Amino acid sequence: MMTIIQWILLGAALFSVGLYGVLTRRNAVLVLASVEIMLAAVNINLVAFDTYLSDPAYTGQIFALFVIALAAAEVGVGIAIILMIFRNRHSVDVDELDLMRY
Amino acid sequence: MPAAVAQLSRVAVFLQEHGDSAELAQAGDGGGLAAYAWLIPVVPMVVAFLILFFGKYSPWKGWGMATAALGFVAVYGTVLAVANLRDGIVAEFSVNVGDIGTFAIEWGWVVDGLSILMFFLVGVVGLLVFVYANAYMKGDARYTWFFASFTLFAGGMLVLVSAPNFIQLIVGWELVGVSSYLLIGHYWEDMDNIDAANKAFMTNKVADAALFIGAIIMSLSAGSFQFSEIFTRMIEGQTTLGQFGFWAGLAIFIGAMGKSAQFPFHVWLPDAMAGPTPVSALMHAATMVTAGVYLIARLFPFYQLPEFSGSVSTIIVIIGAITLLSMGLLAIVQDDIKRVLAYSTVSQLGYMVAALGVGAYTAGLFHLFTHAFFKALLFLGAGSIIHAVHSNNMSDMGGLRKYMPATFWTFLVGTAALVGIFPFAGFWSKDEIISSAFFNATNNPEFAVWFMVVLSILGAFITAFYMARVVSLTFFGTYLGDAKPHESPAVMVVPMVALAVGAATAGLLNIPGLTEVVTDWVTTRAFPIVEHHFAQPEYFLIAIVTPVVLLGLFIGWRLFGPSSELHYTGTGGEAVDVSAPQRKVAVERDTFRIPVLYPVLENKYYIDDLYMNGLVRPTMGPIADATLWVDMNVVDAVPNLGAGVARYAAAAVAVIDDNAVDGFYNVTGATTGATGSFLRQLFPGRVQQYVALSFAGVVIFAALFVIF
Repeated sequence: MMTIIQWILLGAALFSVGLYGVLTRRNAVLVLASVEIMLAAVNINLVAFDTYLSDPAYTGQIFALFVIALAAAEVGVGIAIILMIFRNRHSVDVDELDLMRY
Repeated sequence: MPAAVAQLSRVAVFLQEHGDSAELAQAGDGGGLAAYAWLIPVVPMVVAFLILFFGKYSPWKGWGMATAALGFVAVYGTVLAVANLRDGIVAEFSVNVGDIGTFAIEWGWVVDGLSILMFFLVGVVGLLVFVYANAYMKGDARYTWFFASFTLFAGGMLVLVSAPNFIQLIVGWELVGVSSYLLIGHYWEDMDNIDAANKAFMTNKVADAALFIGAIIMSLSAGSFQFSEIFTRMIEGQTTLGQFGFWAGLAIFIGAMGKSAQFPFHVWLPDAMAGPTPVSALMHAATMVTAGVYLIARLFPFYQLPEFSGSVSTIIVIIGAITLLSMGLLAIVQDDIKRVLAYSTVSQLGYMVAALGVGAYTAGLFHLFTHAFFKALLFLGAGSIIHAVHSNNMSDMGGLRKYMPATFWTFLVGTAALVGIFPFAGFWSKDEIISSAFFNATNNPEFAVWFMVVLSILGAFITAFYMARVVSLTFFGTYLGDAKPHESPAVMVVPMVALAVGAATAGLLNIPGLTEVVTDWVTTRAFPIVEHHFAQPEYFLIAIVTPVVLLGLFIGWRLFGPSSELHYTGTGGEAVDVSAPQRKVAVERDTFRIPVLYPVLENKYYIDDLYMNGLVRPTMGPIADATLWVDMNVVDAVPNLGAGVARYAAAAVAVIDDNAVDGFYNVTGATTGATGSFLRQLFPGRVQQYVALSFAGVVIFAALFVIF
């Protein structure tokens, strides 16, 4: 029998992996992928707590569905932006994207 | 009018005391005719301002309005004169304007023989001169302005002669002065004309100061500004007036000397010829210079009583006599035809003043009356010549008889009237003056009166002489000018003919023993006029004066006429090309050099130089320097001080502005800038750092959330 704690640990581990990826990767596509991992971790938490609390309305699961839809849209927009950046600068290194620094 | 009746009863007592030589005209109050006589001064005054504002837009550009106003005065004046001759009018109206202590300041109009005489003269002569001026001033740049000031001139004179008190008289007096200034300086583009206008104004102003002083002394000692009131006090034997009467009378006479250009105040009148000729004509005939004579005539009852005026009348006689001879002599040497006539006017004014001085009230005013006609005529004739020849100098004229017959004949009538040829106007009036003087001299032998009799006869000779010179040089011989002479237009000739009729016949109105029209006319006053009346002409004096006049004419004709060897004669009187040497002969002939006397006359007795170098320059220089000093140091000090204060205040404000106000904003800006510079170091543009910081923030908030 799996307890809630295992799912939370899984979510936390996935979130940490995603955060690590966002903070360390130079490639913008990988940063975007890491953000997806963080979203997945959040989804796990939402579903886990929904099941744990036996919510009759399945609020957590519905919310998770929203997040998935949002993540898909986000990826769509994000990939499009990255594509345009690549077309203009022939690079997707996030450290070089500092034109609006000051 | 009950007041007038009360006055008349007092006058009756006075009459008994002064015997039968005094005469009081039986007169009515004139009814509505006199009650509306205030229109006479008011209409021209109002019209003058109407012309000023609307003249340019009216038909004839102001000339029509001006002439209509003068026409109104002429008609009203004539109606009054006729009514006066039939019934006699003595009326006086006053409207109280204000009070100073017990003195009433009044505005009013007096309608009696004397003022009607002036209304008539100003109206009729003024109307003719205005008609004439239409053609003479044609094309003038300030045509409308000319008629505005010309109407004001006539209006001022009418205010003066209708005045029943000193205040209004002085107002009219000054109106005449200021408008004469405007008119003399009408051609102000030329500096000489401005000088002439200033000279006239200043000379008059000096005399006016005396008039003010005299009017104040007389009014204060009599207790009223009103002439009739002053005379009433005299008849009552008021003593204060007797005490100060001499000084009051003398000061007022000095004022009259200024306006009537009596020696030594005559200097302004010949220079006043700088104005347009119609102005000269009106100024010399009916307006301005007659004001002084009018004033003496108005105060005649006062001047006639030695217990009040002391010996002022003797001074009047002597001044008048000196003027009539000395100014006549100056006329001999003038080349400018208008100046000859100007000096002639001064000389004739001398006759009038001297006549009033010896007590010949009617004779003096009769001469004023006739003189108005023939002097206006002579001036209009001179204007007609100047219009044709484009020069004022007689050395540019000559032979004009052929080109300008109408001007010639009218001028000749004027000359005959002026020199006193039987039966023209001047003969009767001048004869009456000399006769009156002679009568006084024989009855009351006094040096001054004999002096005047002798000088009057000499004056008649001089008058004949210079008029013979003018006529010879102008109308006879050869034309010496450059312009093509032509007869003047009808609008100029008609007034001259009308005046010539007046000049020829005006004298017939007062032939001793035959007609007494003028005597009846001018003696119609509320106060008795003490004078001698002649039952018949003084044949003895005529037998002296007429040959003297004829001798003067003859000598003048011999010296300057066509038969004179000095006279250059051309071929058959046709206009010839006059070369320079011939012109020199003409000028030498015209200047008529009498040994010794000539330089004195040429320099006008050095009186102008005396005034200029002795009075004007010594006063003007220091006054100008003092004014400059005051201007530089006192007047300028005020703006300088203000500007200095403003500058220091501005500097102080600038310091505050730079340091306090700007400081606040600078410090605020610098703080913001520095803060920004510091803060932006934290955000170097690396996305992942931002994410890390955001996450750190989330962690911190989460931790705080958990803890609290």
